[in-house]
This record gives sequence, C-alpha cells and structure tokens, in this order.
Amino acid sequence: MSGPATHVRGKKTLARSILGFVDKGLVNAVLVIVAIFWLVPTLGLFLSSLRTVGDSASSGWWTVFTTPAQLTIENYASLLSNPTITGSFWNTILIAVPTTVFVVIFGALAGYAFAWLKFPGRDWLLIVVIVLLAVPLQVALIPLARMFGTLGIFGSIFGVILFHVAFGLPFAIFLLRNFFTQIPAELLEAARIDGASDWRIFVQVILPLGGPAIASLAIFQFLWTWNDMLVALIFTNSGSQPLTVAIQSQLRQFGSNIDVLSAGAFLSMIVPLIVFFAFQRFFVQALLAGSQK
Amino acid sequence: MGASRRRMFLIALGFLAPALVLLAGLVLYPILYTVVRSFFSAEGGAFVGWDNYVTMFTNDSTFTAIRNNVIWVLVAPVACTVLGLLFAVLLEKIKWSTAFKLIIFMPMAISMLAAGVIFRGMFQESPNLGVVNAAAVAVNSAFGGGDAAYPGATPRGDSGLIDDSGILAGETAVTAGSEQNFPLVGLRADDVPTSAAQAEDAASAGADQITGTVWLDVVVGGDGTVGQIDDGKSGLPGIKIDAVAADGTIASTTKTDAAGRYVLDDLGKEAYRIALPASNFDEGYQGVSWLSSGLITAVIILSYIWIWAGFAMVMIASGLSAIDRSLQEAARMDGANEWKVFSRITAPLLSPVLIVVFVTLIINVLKIFDLVYVIPPGSSKPAANVIAVEMWTVSFGGGSNQGLGSALAILLLILVLPSMIINVRKFREERKS
Repeated sequence: MSGPATHVRGKKTLARSILGFVDKGLVNAVLVIVAIFWLVPTLGLFLSSLRTVGDSASSGWWTVFTTPAQLTIENYASLLSNPTITGSFWNTILIAVPTTVFVVIFGALAGYAFAWLKFPGRDWLLIVVIVLLAVPLQVALIPLARMFGTLGIFGSIFGVILFHVAFGLPFAIFLLRNFFTQIPAELLEAARIDGASDWRIFVQVILPLGGPAIASLAIFQFLWTWNDMLVALIFTNSGSQPLTVAIQSQLRQFGSNIDVLSAGAFLSMIVPLIVFFAFQRFFVQALLAGSQK
Repeated sequence: MGASRRRMFLIALGFLAPALVLLAGLVLYPILYTVVRSFFSAEGGAFVGWDNYVTMFTNDSTFTAIRNNVIWVLVAPVACTVLGLLFAVLLEKIKWSTAFKLIIFMPMAISMLAAGVIFRGMFQESPNLGVVNAAAVAVNSAFGGGDAAYPGATPRGDSGLIDDSGILAGETAVTAGSEQNFPLVGLRADDVPTSAAQAEDAASAGADQITGTVWLDVVVGGDGTVGQIDDGKSGLPGIKIDAVAADGTIASTTKTDAAGRYVLDDLGKEAYRIALPASNFDEGYQGVSWLSSGLITAVIILSYIWIWAGFAMVMIASGLSAIDRSLQEAARMDGANEWKVFSRITAPLLSPVLIVVFVTLIINVLKIFDLVYVIPPGSSKPAANVIAVEMWTVSFGGGSNQGLGSALAILLLILVLPSMIINVRKFREERKS
C-alpha cells in the first residue's frame, strides 16, 4: 500500500463527508418545506371547519393561532343535526360497502378463472379486460342513465352500486389475476389430487392465500367509491345522494356556506383518512400491483 | 376428452359469469350505444352524421374544453412524475422518509371534492381570507415592495394642494430652498401604519433641496388647528414624493420618514411641482386574482399535483428500491458524479416504472372532472372548462344535448386509445418473458 494513494483517498472521503453533511442538511430542509406545503391545505380546511361563518367571512383560518378563542365545534354540531347531511353519510356507506363486497367477490371469481382455469379464448378475454381498464366512465353515462330509467332504478342506490361494480371489475380482475398466478401451482395440484373441486380450491386455497391482495383491492375500491362524485351526481336523487353530492350543492355560495362546506368536506375525509392510515400498506400495494385505473 | 373439455369450459364460465355479464351489459354495450348515439341529434330522433363532431371543434365552449384538456395532458403528468421522481430520490437521504411519504401521499385518500373545497378556499382573492394571497402580501411587504397604502386620502381644503386624477400635488411650482407641506384628510385611523410617529416640521431646505412634511391633519378628539402640525397629529411614513420639472421629467424622488418628513435633493434652479403619485393612495398590493379566468386552470392543475405527486413518488420509490445498487456504486468508484450516475444509470433502470406512472396519469388527467367542477367560481367556469365537465354540462347539467354529449365521450375514449395500446403491449411483453 503506497502512502500518497491513501492520502489522496483520505482527502477525498473527507471532502465527500463534508459535502455529504451539507447535502444532508439541505435535503432535510427542502423536504421539511415541501412537507409543510403539503400539510397546510388540509390543516387550513380543518381549522376553517372549526370557525363560524362570521369569522370565516372576515379573517383567515390562520388567525386561530393568535385568537384560539374562535375555535368552536358549532359547524359539526349543526352538520350532524342536519338530516340531509346525516342521510347522505349513510347513503355513502350504503353505496361504498356493497360495491366493495361485490367487486371483490366477482373480481376474485373471474381472477381465479383467468389465473388457473384453461378455456378457449382466455388470453383474448384477458386482453379485453386490460383494454377496459382505461375506458373512461363517461362513455357509459348516457346509455346507462337511459337503461336504468327503463329498469326503474335510476336515482336509486342500487343503480349507483351497479355502475361502480361494473367499472371496478376490470381493475379487480387484473389485480387479483396477477396475484393469484403467483400462488405456487403445487398447492393447487395437491388439493386437486385430494379430489377437491374448483369451487373448494377457490374457497380453501385461493381466498386464504390471496388475502393480502384482496385486502388491497377492497381498500382501493372502497376509497374510490366513497370519494366518487360524478357517478353519484347523475345517478342519485336527493334521497339517495352520498356526501360528496350533498356537499357540492353548497358550492354556489362559497363564502356564506363555508361552514357546511369546510365541516362537510372534512367529515367526508374522516373515514378515508382512517382507512388510509390504518391500511396504507395495502392501499400502496393495490396501486403498485396494477395502476392503470 | 370432449366431455371433460366441455366440463372445464362450463366451470370457467361459472366463475366468469357475474363479471362477464356486468362488463358486457354495463360497459361494452354502453360503448357501442354511445358510438351510435354520437351520430344522432340532441333528442336522438334524427341521424346527423358527423355534425356533433364538427360542432365539438367549432363551438366556443367545447373548443375551450378541448384546448384546456391539451394543456392538462401536457403539464400535469410531467409535473407529477418529475416531482415524484425528485421526492423519491431525495427520500433516500432522510431518516423520516416514512413520515414524509405519508404526508405527500395522504391527499390520494381524500375525495377530489374535498381537495377542491380546500384549494378554492386557499386561493380566495382577499388576502384576509385566502392563505396564498395573505402569504403573497406578507412576502411583498417584507421585501419592502409596494408603497404604503393610504386609500382615500385627500388634501385638506385651502391648503394650496390639488387632486389631479389621483395624484396629489402643490397648486404652484416651487424652487429649491423652499418648503411644501401636505396636510391630508380622508384616512381611516387604521389606515395609518403602526410605524407612524408624531408629525414634525421638516428641517429647513438647503440650496438644492425642497423639504416638507406629509401628515394626517386630524387630531383624535377634535383639537388642533387646520393645516398646522399640532400635537397628536400623525406623520404619514413611506409616502413616495416626486419633484416634477416643467417638461414632466422627475428630477428627484424620495419617501417620507416616520414623522412624515421628506427631503428632495440634487435639484436645479428651475421650479418644480411637488407631487405624491397615485400609487400612494390605491389599495396597495393585494395579491393575485388566482381564481380569475387567466389563472384558474393553473390553480386547478396545482391542486391536481398536490393529490397525484404522492402517487408518482410511491410508485417510483418502490421502483428505486428494486434496483440493484452495485451498478451505481461501481460508477461512483469510477469517479462519475451524482448527476451522471442518475442520468446514465438510475433513470434508464427506472424507465419502466416511469412509463407506468406517466401512462396512468395521462389516462387519469384526460377524464379530470371533480376538481374542475368544484374549484372555479361561476365567473371563471367557462375558462376552466375541460371535456369531462363539458360532457356532463351538455348532456346532464342544463343542456340536454345527448348527441353532442356522446360525441364528447367518444372523443375521450379516442384520446385514451394510445394508452390502452401501451397497456396491452406491455402485458404481452410480460407474458413472453
């Protein structure tokens, strides 16, 4: 080992570690600022929802830091005693939960068929599913509004569920098929040799092993449906409307309805945020596994 | 053999039936229906050929919508992907990366309606209500931008001053060595800044100077002599003052101090009009009209980036973590700098995930609806229009032209075709390998 070489190398690492230190500080500072920028909008909405209309009309939400006395839960109290809002909250649940259940069941059944059953035209059918992944739901609005009208389910919760289930299926099939194909073939073979039918294999092997994938799909689909506004805007009426539709009707007078808008928007966020923070691993999984939606 | 194949087929059919029925009835059939419907009139009674498609590109509001969609597609996916890439790379250098990821990714969980309400509130025009303009005004005054704002100030009558369309000036020109005072009224007490002090007489002027004082000629409580600098009268600091020569050029300019005094230097022998420019008396800097027609699309795209940059970041970060790091290390050992390592090695290895993110965002951006429906106030809605909103408006919200609505929906479908083809290709390649 020669002296000069180690000397040069030593110098390099010293320079590098100083640079690295400055670098680290800079990166940390930049990302702290970015994080603040990303948090402020939500924080602002939350604080706005805790102020009266009068306060919101004369000053910004940041004044609560100097005069915290203006904080009140009045908006939430009046929101929760407003039957339109509480009714729409229930409607949101009544739409999002069954949609999620049906998408998971139908998607898992089809996903199994695509992953493990051999039938003519399977590859072509799968390509159709992949094409349908990107179809904008706008193409179905006019015909389905008409069809649901004829069937007498236009304006009902059932109609919205049908719409969401149909448009959730391509993603569900694609995602679950991809997961199911990764299940080791030996497990299925073993079950088959034991004389299990496809139905039993599906229930006793695929569903338990596909648990994480199914959870990912369920969370993704639930959030998607919970947050939808467009489909509900067209396919529900005042009795079946979800929260998003009930809240958007207040938008025309933004300033004077800011109490309903801010508290309502935050109320609509609570469930998704809980689901997100509790299960974010699964949510990310769903996005990673098939992100064409 | 035949029997068992038929059995397999029936079993598969059993598993597929619910999904196939729903997809055929509620997705495939509607696509065909909409294609056909787009060639018929508003009520559907008459075949109109390509008329709806011609209308789409000639009608002002649909054309604005299409133009805006082009802007969206050009800007939003690139911005989200670049930011996501930047965050994903920087993330690896910090210890609190999990917290950072959660913060940036969180907006993905909430509805676009809620995000729209948030951004509509943030970008309100009044700096008293909208946080963005409040920050803009604060930054502006911190850097000394803008003149002190004294809206509504007028000269005291009989003080030898005139109001020339907003500019306050002495009635007659004065020469160097003299004094020109400005007793003003018409201000509300809270328009006087806290930095203002008791008004004081200016020092006597030098041979090339003109001096004077600008003060609020009102004593709270009502005492004092009109036009005199009495105790209790406040100087008006920060007022801009010009010495204007006969040919209209500004020979000297300055600002008043806390006591309202000013000194104009370096003046010649001629007579000057001493003027307080109109900028002293307007509302001052009030921020930017973010929600106006000109900027509305930019604001909505910003809200979109707030939501979707996290998606890009998470996807790219997981792509990064799957990359074999030995290549980068080897390149660094060979003396490549960080930028070279990134552009020559990391970025190419990441390109598959970058393409997935980009294609996903394009599909998503094309059909953007909620944010554009929620954020713009009525007056800038036409300027913010996009295809999905226009499709809703013409076929459900007000207009009931389902012919044109169908054509717009088909336009959206045509616009996602390239992304569909990319998806199918990618799937086929993955199958082969």
